[in-house]
Parts: sequence; C-alpha cells; structure tokens
Amino acid sequence: MSSLTDHIAAVVRFYVDGFKSMTVGRSLWLLIIIKLFIIFAILKLFFFPDKLGSDYDSDAERAEAVRNALIINKQTTD
Amino acid sequence: MNDLLGVVDWSRAQFALTAMYHWLFVPLTIGLSVIVAIMESIYVRTGDPKWKGITKFWMTLFGINFACGVATGIILEFEFGTNWSNYSWFVGDIFGAPLAIEGIVAFFMEATFVAVMFFGWNKVSRRFHLTATWLTAIGVSLSALWILVANAWMQNPVGMIFDPEQMRNVMDNFTEVAFNSVAMNKFFHAVFSGWVLAAVFVVGVSSWLLWRRRNVDTARKSLKIASWFGLVGMVMTMWTGDGSAVEVARVQPMKLAAMEGLYDGNVGQSLVAVGFVNPDKKPGDDLEAIKGEISIPYGLSILANHDPDTFVPGINDIIEGRTITAGGDTVYGDSYADRIAMGKAAREALSRYAAAKSAGDTAAMEQAKADVMANFRYFGYGYLDKPEEAVPPVALTFYSFRVMVMAGGYLMLLFIVLLFVCYRRTAVLEKPWLHWLGIISIPVVWICSQAGWIVAEVGRQPWVIQDLMPTRAAISDVTTGSVQLTFWIFAVLFTLLLAAEISIMLRYISRASKKNIEQPE
Repeated sequence: MSSLTDHIAAVVRFYVDGFKSMTVGRSLWLLIIIKLFIIFAILKLFFFPDKLGSDYDSDAERAEAVRNALIINKQTTD
Repeated sequence: MNDLLGVVDWSRAQFALTAMYHWLFVPLTIGLSVIVAIMESIYVRTGDPKWKGITKFWMTLFGINFACGVATGIILEFEFGTNWSNYSWFVGDIFGAPLAIEGIVAFFMEATFVAVMFFGWNKVSRRFHLTATWLTAIGVSLSALWILVANAWMQNPVGMIFDPEQMRNVMDNFTEVAFNSVAMNKFFHAVFSGWVLAAVFVVGVSSWLLWRRRNVDTARKSLKIASWFGLVGMVMTMWTGDGSAVEVARVQPMKLAAMEGLYDGNVGQSLVAVGFVNPDKKPGDDLEAIKGEISIPYGLSILANHDPDTFVPGINDIIEGRTITAGGDTVYGDSYADRIAMGKAAREALSRYAAAKSAGDTAAMEQAKADVMANFRYFGYGYLDKPEEAVPPVALTFYSFRVMVMAGGYLMLLFIVLLFVCYRRTAVLEKPWLHWLGIISIPVVWICSQAGWIVAEVGRQPWVIQDLMPTRAAISDVTTGSVQLTFWIFAVLFTLLLAAEISIMLRYISRASKKNIEQPE
C-alpha cells in the first residue's frame, strides 16, 4: 500500500517540480488555459449548441427530424 | 453580402477558416516531433551533451507550437453539431468512432509522454526519456490517422449500411473503414508532408541563426538533419501523392477532371503543366477549357493509372457516363441524369417510408426501405436539379493543385541544394542569399500544405459525403447571422492565437540564440 502511495507521490512530485521549473512553459500554460476557457466556457456554451441534442429528447425524434429535413431539404437562408 | 452568401456558404467559410488555421499547427507538430526524436537519438547514441542542448532548443519550439495548436480541432466538432447537424446525424458512428479513438490516443499518449519529454530531463534515464519522445511522435501521427480515416470515409464511403429508421449510416465493417485505401494514402501523404513542413521550419530558423552568426554550429547541424529529413519526407510525399492520384481517379474522377480543367478526356491524356482556366467555360459548350496550355504528353494517364494508354474521363464524359475501355470500345455507365433520377427515387422512397411509419404500415415501410436501399448509392444526387451542379469549382481546384505541385518541386530542389552545400560547398553556408532562401521558404511550405487541402476539399464539392450527401443537405436550420457572428469570432480568435505563437516563438528564438544553445542551463 505504501509502495503505491510512494509511486503516486513521486508522480505528483514529478509534475509539480516540472511546472515549477518551467520558463517559456508558464506563458504557454496561461495561453492554453485562456484558450480552453474561451472554447469551452464561452464558445461551446453560448454559440455552439448541439442542435439535435438540445432540440429533441430522444434518438427517435432526432432521426425523424433529420428524415424530414432530408425529405424536404429546405435550404435555410435569411 | 447577406444577399450573396447564405447560411451554407457562411458555414463552409467558417469550417474552412477553422480547418485551415488548425492545419497551420498540426503538420509542424507531426514533423517537428520526429526531428526532435532523431536529434535526441543522436544525443543518446553519442552521449555528446551538445546534442542535448540542440534537442532541447527544438523541443521548446515544438512545445510552443503544441500548446498553441492543442484543442483548435475541437472547434470543428462544435461546428458539426451546430451548423452541420443533418450531416452529423447521418454519418452516425462512422465518424464518431475514429474521432473517439483519436481523443483517447491524443489524451493518453501525448499528454503522458509530452510531460516526460519536458519535465523528465535528469529525472528519468536517457533511454526512457528517448522512448517517451519517440512515443510522443508516434502518438501525434496516430492522432492524425484517425482524423484522416474519418475524412477519407467522406471521400470514399465504405463499410457501412444506411438505416432509414435510424437515419444513420451504421458501421458494418470497421476494417473497411479503418483501412479504406483513400485513408491510407491520405494519412501517409499528410504525415510526410508534415515532415517536409517541419524540415523547412528548421531550415528557416537555422538559416536565420546563420544570417545573424549566432550558434553557427547548432544551425549547421540542424540544417543538415532537416535537409535529409525534408528530402526523405518530400520523396515519400510525392510517392503517396501519386497513390492518392490513383485513388482519386478511381473513386472521385470528377475531382481529378477539375484538378486538370479537363472537360473531354482521351486515351493517352496529357497533363497540363502550364495554363489558365477559361472562366467562361461550362460543361457541354465548345469553348476552350485551358488557355495558353503547355502539356506533358500522356502525363495524366500515367498519373491516374500508371499506364500511358489509359482513358481519363473529363467533366463532360463523367456527366454522360462515358468511358473508353482498354480495348478501345466506348461504353456508357450511369450518367449524371441517371444518378439524379435514382437519387430522387431514393428521396421519394424515404418520404414514403416516413408516411408508412406514421400510418404504422409495416409492409409499406419494408417496400419503401427496399426502394431506398436500391437507389441509395446515388442518394445525394436527389438534391441536384441538373448534372452541372455536381461539378466542383474548377479554377480554384486547378490552380491550388498547381501551387501545391510547384511549391513541392521547389522544396525538393531546396533540400537537394542544401545537402550539396552542406557536404560539398560548405563556404556557401556563409552566403546571405542562402540564408534568405531558407527563411523565405517557411511561408512557401505552409502555402503548399494548405493548397493540398484545398485540392482535396474544394475538389470534392458539392459533396460533403461523396455521392450520398451534398453540402447543402448537410446544413442545420440555423440563421446566417449566427454563423457570421461566430465566423468573425473565430477569425479574431485564431489570428490572435497565431500572433501569440509567432510572437512567443520569435522571442524564444531570439533569446536562446544569444546564449550557447549547445550548453543549456
């Protein structure tokens, strides 16, 4: 048990030491965090809903919606 | 602008923008990871600490690009769900399975071994570190494999059965999907082109170091490795490109005809080396297709089938379903008018299926399903009104193909010249013209890479899935305004990201170049 704990502690220490010793990496991690925040917390949440996932409750309804869309094929324009 | 561009065009523009920005980062990650692994292998083999310094320098540049590029591809998946929901549903698990595998591979292999690459110096053994570096390189390429398997299925849909009840294509043969001949060529072509791109990047940066007379020894060593790596990459890119051309001739002959601006094909068809597309040319008219044409005799027949006597169909031939056999007989297959009729029959049968389903008439459902399946291979043609709608934009495809080939030829020459200079004329390595040649080659290789994707993706229009779904049927019920908004958000976001990458890279290169790269702290 203690061997497993030691291993986990070593892995954690490996990452902590690695992050501490970064130079260029710090600004890169900042860039990654900002980018992921924009992608998932802003773009995905407010601009990119899963149309079929959010508009319909079941796969059968989604299939019917797509079937109707492909039968009618109304090309959406403003 | 709104009057001209509808939601389909804006969604396509947005997808193209996102994919092209994403592809700025990906090939550099693919190629540079291997170059770094090669350099580290030299370090481990020789034990020379200078190579450790050189490896760390390029590894940091790899890390900057990796950090800037990571997750930019996820936005493409968002767009599938929002703008292309009909398509997303229709492709079912065929697209989902490779992307899920890609996600797992990317997360576990790259995330684990990239950490060892960057944090593991002096903490793990040399050999373990080297193994992690190579596994990162392999993981990066494997990620690309699954993305390209998904893309190849759109170009050559195989290994599935359409189910009108689920309205999805259900995978019935994973091996056929994974080892799709289009996918294999596409994968190796993309990976080796990434090698070329990364090699030119290393050549360019090394040339800058030589020009500034900083870390000259590092620059010379890097230049030599990059030139060999680039030459091998270019030869393999050309070889796999040749394989791709054969596949395109087989499964997407219309794309090949558009690449050549070829309307009326021949046995022993020549290849256009130089020429200009006549913008007034339309299928079926008598206008000249290519102006100022200089051709390579038999070139296209050899490219398409490795046989100078092969018949290569042009746009008019394909529309009419005409081909000439090896024996010289003219035979007719399915014309585009036939295909449109079959596609409309499939759509009509699908409509009957929906009505029978609502009425609970299982016998009528079975009959309608049988009719859908009988005509399904041309389902997408049911959305076209006339055959000409199935012709891709000829000029863009034609010119992009030539940009790719000419830039590729230039880069091949560049690597040969650099290797000659590195081994036989080392004094030339001090000439500023050579340094600037290396530096200006950096944008050339990116243009070459992007042009290749334009050929692949514009050349397959109007299909989002070859023969089965045209782009305009794949679109969601979204407004043009919402797509325009996100288009501009992406344009700004990606431009900032690219500016950040270039800025961080330039600052790092400048700072590192003022120290001794071969003696890192």
